[in-house]
Amino acid sequence: MTLEEVIKTTKEFLSEEFEVDPAEIKPENNLHKTLDLDSLDYVDLVVVIEENFGLKVTAEDFKDIQTFHDFYAYVLKKKGA
Amino acid sequence: MEKRVVITGMGIYSCLGNNLEEVKKSLFEGKSGIVVDQKRIDIGYKSALTGFVEEPNLKPFLTRRQRISMGQPAKFAYMATREAVENAGLDIEYFDKNATGIIYGNDSTAQAVIEGVDKMRAKGDTQLIGSGSIFQSMNCTVNMNLSTIFKLKGMNITISAACASGSHSIGLGFLLIKQGLQERVICGGAQEVNEYAMGSFDALGAFSDRMNDPTKACRPFDSQRDGLVPSGGGATLILESLESAEKRGVPILAEVLGYGFSSNGDHISNPNLEGQISSLKMVLEQAKIDPSEIDYINAHATSTPVGDKYEAMAINKIFGSEVPVSSTKSMTGHECWMAGASEVIYSMLMMQNDFIAPNINYEKGDDDTSKINIINKTKQQTINTFLSNSFGFGGTNSSLIIKKFEK
Repeated sequence: MTLEEVIKTTKEFLSEEFEVDPAEIKPENNLHKTLDLDSLDYVDLVVVIEENFGLKVTAEDFKDIQTFHDFYAYVLKKKGA
Repeated sequence: MEKRVVITGMGIYSCLGNNLEEVKKSLFEGKSGIVVDQKRIDIGYKSALTGFVEEPNLKPFLTRRQRISMGQPAKFAYMATREAVENAGLDIEYFDKNATGIIYGNDSTAQAVIEGVDKMRAKGDTQLIGSGSIFQSMNCTVNMNLSTIFKLKGMNITISAACASGSHSIGLGFLLIKQGLQERVICGGAQEVNEYAMGSFDALGAFSDRMNDPTKACRPFDSQRDGLVPSGGGATLILESLESAEKRGVPILAEVLGYGFSSNGDHISNPNLEGQISSLKMVLEQAKIDPSEIDYINAHATSTPVGDKYEAMAINKIFGSEVPVSSTKSMTGHECWMAGASEVIYSMLMMQNDFIAPNINYEKGDDDTSKINIINKTKQQTINTFLSNSFGFGGTNSSLIIKKFEK
């Protein structure tokens, strides 16, 4: 999976799931603030990541992810692993 | 000192319409809301008859976070409550500052439970069920969702009393206000309408087999009745102390005069005459009125051979053969957990508009049901006081008496 594919897919499913403007999902923006996540939303984040990338992640993984750029890197690393 | 308890708002979302105006029209016209559901045929129901209730789109009204916790009962209840709150001249800002309770009837969340378990089995990981499932699956789903959406800060409990849930919710709200413990309580009932919800009920062979003629299938009290037709939706009433309603300066729709209840302590599904009579005697005593003062009885009658027989016997014993009786389930089907609340609303609409909605499909009674006055065509008539009966599995009985408000 390429970076471009990760960006495109992420923009599509996160904007749909969390009902945010796709234009707000850009590398330098803070993922938590942009998606307006509360404690329960991380459970749904885990679900949509599994559905769209086939990756099993945990809510704790998001402690180290701040920006969407961090998230893309995280997905690429997990996919490559 | 005991307080007088009045109704200041109503909202309805049912197979007869998505609001009070649509439902009033259907009741007057004697329109049935019953259809055949192909999904039920596909998964092996013996009878696929059901009331048809459209699932509402809540996106224009609620955030994603609010919607994700709502299954069918909460969605239906939300639509009904939205209308009731507006009808009562209330809003979220008022609720935020003035403690208001919610006592809501609901007794299943089959779809949410089954879909959650299906996901768990398919994925082998509970994390992948999602955050909404737990709040959709608990029986108190309506209370959890509505109390957070509307910022309700009073009593917050769910009534699970089978097919009398909605009626008991009104009765208990009435008691809380009467005793001065709450100024306002949102009462009601919700019932899911999906192919998962009624399979185990269908298993009992309690449903009508008349799938070739859906609108004729539900025929309470008729000699040819052959079983009930399940249905659902949401129904909400705003109960309030008279002082609170007067202070707010809103129109008073009616007064709740009495609540009678009993438990049969007998068979789990069969009715029992003594239990029904006990509930009826209690409500008359509470309301301090004579049986002759009841202008209309909205019967529980679901169209089962045994249930309708016993209710007709109980009505005849207490009220005689003259009082007009109809079962609106002839049009709606059995709205189960919601029925006790929706049927008060149907009766309120009749009282406000001077008519008795027909017990459609009643052509000829049997030895017991022909002994009461069943109205099978819409009748123009003033109603000052009505009684609504609800009986449920496990032998739980509830009766309410409601009267036009007089200062």
